[in-house]
Amino acid sequence: MKADQSLDCLGLYCPMPIVKTAERFKKLKKGEVLEVVADDKGIKLDMPAWCQATGHEFLGAEEAGGEIKVYVKKTHD
Amino acid sequence: MAEKEKLTMAILSGDMERALAAFMLAITGVSMGMEVNMFFTFWGLNIIKKNEGGIQGRGLMRKMLNLMNRGGSRRLKLSRFNMFGLGTWMMKKLMKDTNMPSVDEYITMAHEMGVNLIGCTTTCGVMGIAPEEKTFRSEVENLSGATYFLNLARQSKVVLFI
Repeated sequence: MKADQSLDCLGLYCPMPIVKTAERFKKLKKGEVLEVVADDKGIKLDMPAWCQATGHEFLGAEEAGGEIKVYVKKTHD
Repeated sequence: MAEKEKLTMAILSGDMERALAAFMLAITGVSMGMEVNMFFTFWGLNIIKKNEGGIQGRGLMRKMLNLMNRGGSRRLKLSRFNMFGLGTWMMKKLMKDTNMPSVDEYITMAHEMGVNLIGCTTTCGVMGIAPEEKTFRSEVENLSGATYFLNLARQSKVVLFI
């Protein structure tokens, strides 16, 4: 999946990937897609939940070799 | 934008793992767009006491209580497997190895993210914590009683008792 920006959260456990995503989203423009790379499996359910709470769009997750990439689109400021 | 949803916590416990859980939820809540309030009372006050500085307290019994109950985020112990400090030391090491912030770092982080840290004045009075401003860390910006907490709790979508 194509993304405008990438965020490295490898080695970080919950809730840090979500905290960092929220921080980065402040700098993202509306419509841009952020790729979050993590190895804490919790992110597969945490990120859709974060999107449900904040109203941003969860585009999906890809998993390969213990690395999980999730894609989130900023839908509003 | 609509008014933010509120998450309000009452923290009674000064156990390290409970403090960690409370701060994890606090910063997650802010990240989810919530307004977060943390009300510290009884042993929970130990979490927000300064790590450095002398023993405060009026009267001998209160001085003794605060001597045995020193507090400070770096002095918190696990509720289980403390083993005279060895268990807690090991847990801190494991946390460091897995890049997990310490309670100390969580307090700073929560404050920077706008979490409202509140010290309970009634328990401060009973336990002889005075003056509060000298006992608590600078991140604690508010001191209140039960009414302020309950009024926040009334308006909160999530209320947790820890």
